[in-house]
Amino acid sequence: MGRAVNRDLPGPVMVASGCGGTGRELRAFVDLVGLDFATRSITLDARTGGLGPRLVEVPGGVVHAGGLPNPGLDHFLATELPWLVRAGARVFVSIAGATIGEYADLARRLSSAPGVAGIEVNLGAPDELSSGLFEVREPYHAASVIAAVRREIPADRPVLAKIRPDVSRVVEGARLCQEAGATAVVVGSPLPAALPDGREAGLGGPAVAPVVWRCVVEVRSALPDVPLIACGGVHDVASARRFLDAGAVAVQLGTALLHDPTTLARLRAQLQEDE
Amino acid sequence: MSEVRDPVHVDGEVIVSKKIGAYRHLTIAAPGVPERFRAGTFVVVTIPGHLLRRALWVHRVRESGAFGPTLDVVVDPRGSGTRLLASQPVGTRLAVTGPLGRAFALPKEPVACLLVGEGYAAAPLFPLAERLRERGCAVTLLLSAPDEAHLLSALEARRSARAVTVLTADGSVGQRGTVADEVEALVGRSRPDVVYAAGPKPVLHAVAAAAERAGVWSQVAVEIESPCGTGLCHGCPLPVMGEDGVERVVRACTEGPVVRGDRVRWDAL
Repeated sequence: MGRAVNRDLPGPVMVASGCGGTGRELRAFVDLVGLDFATRSITLDARTGGLGPRLVEVPGGVVHAGGLPNPGLDHFLATELPWLVRAGARVFVSIAGATIGEYADLARRLSSAPGVAGIEVNLGAPDELSSGLFEVREPYHAASVIAAVRREIPADRPVLAKIRPDVSRVVEGARLCQEAGATAVVVGSPLPAALPDGREAGLGGPAVAPVVWRCVVEVRSALPDVPLIACGGVHDVASARRFLDAGAVAVQLGTALLHDPTTLARLRAQLQEDE
Repeated sequence: MSEVRDPVHVDGEVIVSKKIGAYRHLTIAAPGVPERFRAGTFVVVTIPGHLLRRALWVHRVRESGAFGPTLDVVVDPRGSGTRLLASQPVGTRLAVTGPLGRAFALPKEPVACLLVGEGYAAAPLFPLAERLRERGCAVTLLLSAPDEAHLLSALEARRSARAVTVLTADGSVGQRGTVADEVEALVGRSRPDVVYAAGPKPVLHAVAAAAERAGVWSQVAVEIESPCGTGLCHGCPLPVMGEDGVERVVRACTEGPVVRGDRVRWDAL
């Protein structure tokens, strides 16, 4: 249940924010036509991101602290977005801001940009403080951002709330975000972690799959009507199927693409065969 | 929509493994990769049990009998991943993606070229020297290393270069010295029109600085650990100065690895 309720939602498989480059780099490995693509998080102003190392491998996962490198909204609208749209991708623009007002500005500008299929709101990045982002300490902080974004985006356009896979707060977070106008909830952002040198970072990859799975189980059971997108450790049909069979409308692929850029094409084909 | 120059991701196979000095030289059959290769581009390989990938310079592309064109790569076994890779026996299958990144730009005219490399990272200079020789360029090569064990293929170099200088820090082979000590004089003597460099950061910096002082155009192959190699993760930041004078951070794997030496912000690297 819950699958294919709304074709405007992405699914069953999509590119996780920050793991698809600008889209161009994926083109050699997967057909972009009809591909649900979450961009890396776009901010109002350009950000160079942190210096290296940005990614460190740990058993079963990757700890990363990129500092959200991106060219800023103007440059993105002028170059990257039109390219993605021409290539046929369904573009879900991930946005991040320092204040609720910045999130609203980003949403307003994107609402009139041609070809934007939807918005993914990056809430609770694992390195939010060092990255200068709006701090999402409580689920209602996330919901206030969603409410501000929803006001700027036409009602028929999906707004995805990407929240932390924090087992103790995820049901409340999902409920509040949906009430604030999110079309679907993405569980979730990388787990808060630290790089060996102590910098704020996030943990992603297969290591986080059981945590995300627990979150998905709890949200599905408490809020069966909230469309859910799972992100964490998906790398093959079995790991994708588990989330989809539990009622997720989609799964996002992140770390798996860094390990093997053809994962997406393979998974898409295999899931289609199963349909 | 794929283009001829787009990288491919293939199931490769180790067909030769040889220890030469401190390095392990692997010949890999990776159908489609050698055909697309240009000097300066690289490949990434999957290491069993590791999520992130290892980037390798291509030392040579050659015909290997029934396997068709194959890739020679040089592995410096210095971490858990590269040690595991170096220990893989002939016949090991490994996922290979490539060629990746921007290649060295070749001069249109048969001009004088100085190539400076150090350690295993000098590998891309060998196919570059061959291309330059084919174009009638006069190639001067400076190869350096801390010691003989870390010196890459000095003998082979003599095939494509008009003059080869070998430097080791301990004097175990060739002249005793470092690139930083010698490059200025060599730029003066060989009067190159273009300087190419591949090696660790201090070597690239010294070469780029010497070239700039001499008013010569330089290209450097920068080595920064690339977690995915494909440009997807933005994990290999390379600080540069744009043509417009604006400081930027680009991806070493995608906007590089070969960039103009005078564009790198060495102090931020």
